[in-house]
Amino acid sequence: MTGAAVVTGIGVAAPNGLGTEDFWAATLAGRSGIGRISRFDPAGYPARLAGEVPGFVAEEHLPSRLIPQTDRMTRLALVAAEWALADAGLDPETLPAFDMGVVTASSSGGFEFGQRELQALWSKGGQYVSAYQSFAWFYAVNTGQISIRNGMKGHSGVLVSDQAGGLDAIAQARRQIRAGTRVVVSGALDASICPWGWVAQLASGRLSTSEVPDRAYLPFDADARGHVPGEGGAILVLEEAGAARDRDARVYGEIAGYAATFDPRPGSGREPGLRRAVELALADAGLEAAEIDVVFADAAGVPELDQIEADALAAVFGRRGVAVTAPKTMTGRLCSGAAPLDLVTALLSIRDELIPPTVHVQPATRYGLDLVCGDVRTGPVRTALVLARGAGGFNSAVIVRAAGDRAGNNN
Amino acid sequence: MSRRRAVITGIGVLAPGGVGVKDFWSLLSEGRTATRGITFFDPTPFRSRVAAEVDFDPEAHGLSPQEIRRMDRAAQFAVVATREAVADSGLDVEQADPYRMGVTIGSAVGATMGLDAEYRVVSDGGRLHLVDPAYAVPHLYDYLVPSSFAAEVAWVVGAEGPAIVVSTGCTSGIDSVGHAVELIREGSADVMITGATEAPISPITVACFDAIRATTPRNDDPGRASRPFDGSRNGFVLGEGAAVLVVEERERALRRGARIYAEVAGYASRCNAFHMTGLRPDGAEMAEAIRVALAESRTDPGSIDYVNAHGSGTRQNDRHETAAFRTVLGEHAYRTPVSSIKSMIGHSLGAIGSLEIVASVLAMQHDVVPPTANLHTPDPECDLDYVPLVARDWRTDTVLTVGSGFGGFQSAMVLTGPDRVAS
Repeated sequence: MTGAAVVTGIGVAAPNGLGTEDFWAATLAGRSGIGRISRFDPAGYPARLAGEVPGFVAEEHLPSRLIPQTDRMTRLALVAAEWALADAGLDPETLPAFDMGVVTASSSGGFEFGQRELQALWSKGGQYVSAYQSFAWFYAVNTGQISIRNGMKGHSGVLVSDQAGGLDAIAQARRQIRAGTRVVVSGALDASICPWGWVAQLASGRLSTSEVPDRAYLPFDADARGHVPGEGGAILVLEEAGAARDRDARVYGEIAGYAATFDPRPGSGREPGLRRAVELALADAGLEAAEIDVVFADAAGVPELDQIEADALAAVFGRRGVAVTAPKTMTGRLCSGAAPLDLVTALLSIRDELIPPTVHVQPATRYGLDLVCGDVRTGPVRTALVLARGAGGFNSAVIVRAAGDRAGNNN
Repeated sequence: MSRRRAVITGIGVLAPGGVGVKDFWSLLSEGRTATRGITFFDPTPFRSRVAAEVDFDPEAHGLSPQEIRRMDRAAQFAVVATREAVADSGLDVEQADPYRMGVTIGSAVGATMGLDAEYRVVSDGGRLHLVDPAYAVPHLYDYLVPSSFAAEVAWVVGAEGPAIVVSTGCTSGIDSVGHAVELIREGSADVMITGATEAPISPITVACFDAIRATTPRNDDPGRASRPFDGSRNGFVLGEGAAVLVVEERERALRRGARIYAEVAGYASRCNAFHMTGLRPDGAEMAEAIRVALAESRTDPGSIDYVNAHGSGTRQNDRHETAAFRTVLGEHAYRTPVSSIKSMIGHSLGAIGSLEIVASVLAMQHDVVPPTANLHTPDPECDLDYVPLVARDWRTDTVLTVGSGFGGFQSAMVLTGPDRVAS
């Protein structure tokens, strides 16, 4: 049996920071990236705020031939993957191609690219549709493009479970590491901040219509009124612990536990699946609830969903039994990109022994949460639980722990 | 503890030429084709105007008016195929432990038909860049994010274990079942409802394949338009459909006395890391996927009885996979029937891999290998036995099925018959 899967490289593109250290500095300072949409005129729509990745100029990072064939989310993914590999100190050219895989999540593919081509089709005709449409918008594009750009031929994958998918991809990467793949690049970048994507997101009924950035996305607050969508996410490099040790790689932490569940049929009256996902992930990691130092919440920002999450946490940890935070209040919800970004935040919390805050939220007492609000909380962080839920009933939980804490003994 | 193994105990199909497993097998075993001129919209402006469409009446298949409004056509397909597969398996899903039951559904392009139609309305025929939400269907978010397909299937059976959509382009249908098998083997579930669905025959899909000349322009002879391995072939024929399988942990299936169709004995996937749509002629990455799948199944290449090919009917694919088969099977490749059911039901992108798994299972059940229709004069570069035109009686216990797709994905699966499952 091969050993544990550890994270050795990180690449970030977030609304409050491009690049890991910019993102981390903003997150610790409580700096939000949520603002009025700039990519199109949102005046005619009931929701007008989003978390947009600032200052990203694809041409500065990618060869010109890749620009016309890629959606914004693919450009962000290619660059984040490059940063993650550089951060890991890995040169893909020096490794056997079949020993490297790519597993990403997606929620809507290259939707902005898709809108442009749909417009060409319906306003001008089929012959005006780009030759790149056949692959630029589909859900598999980021895995395919990262694989091609880095010469990675190992077992790869693409998973879709709305916001939960970001954790499911990391878990699938861990499976491939355990099955013997040397390096797996994983995570997700999502972006559909275009009018067509916006109309589709509005249909979820979960978008905040507030126009005040500090008051729009308030999970666990009595004033919660939906969420603000965002774009971005993170790419992580996973390696087998022994192989990482052999090359003296810097290790951020281990992907120690995982589970996914699906909610009961609507109207069944049965308990939602989130608590079970947490318990199964703890069992998978071989940990007791008391050993978790912090929970990165899904933080839906919809009262009913916030209650379900608070109930699940109370059932496992007890009321106010564990520190809970939601730094995504500074980025908005990034679809499948949100959870990989939370994993990065959790790993940096372990590295620096700092828990970043949930901003602008006054937690309602009825939730019974020890929510980290306002300021950064200091203290040792050895293990963190990251939660993500997808529309329809998808629940996923991942546990990360500090390198060296029983790493490699969980098989 | 002995290794957990995954077996197929139920199948459901919705394919061009008929809804249900029975119609599907008649079409394949009789070598008939279900390709025709596109009827879903006026195809006049397009280069390729043929497709393999399903004649599907959702109400006749038990979907309620609200379900029909809520679901894209691809989700409707998945739900109908799920019901057939579950009934076929004899599994009482209401008595099964919901926590131990999961769902994986493959799809390459999600709710593309619904999205195309809705875009046309909210943009008022492409006029509005700032599209108007007042004209959108209420369930547009479920079209945006196709994990709604897995949710719909989970609701049919009441599954509360892991549920997900696998979207690796045209290998999704193999990778979805492969993922379900991984989940059973690792112990995350005991029963998986798995398979794939696709309903891509919309103007935007037809236009984007036109743009890269991937689909055939053989519009004057639609019934003979899909011609894998034939020297005259010039692109694939777009298709649609769904296949869903009940896959169970072997001991569980044996305990309840389930009919076992086959074991999913080996599965692997690799990437070519070459081009989003192009293939190198040597087929090296597909060969590697086949090698690993065979090793995992502890199957000697010489004991493969039948190869269900990707056989899309593009020149580059047919040569690519023929090379891969020769590399791994060696001389045995020339003694093994290889066929493409895409010659009869077209290429339904993410769904086809699961449809081909079901076709492979049926080949084992009947000891009949389906033919490659429309194959009269093979491409000289394609020199294997492609079972032209007529199905063949053939003892079939071990099948290799493969897929290849945009993004560079190459997947292979080895299925072994019930005789080997007993041991």
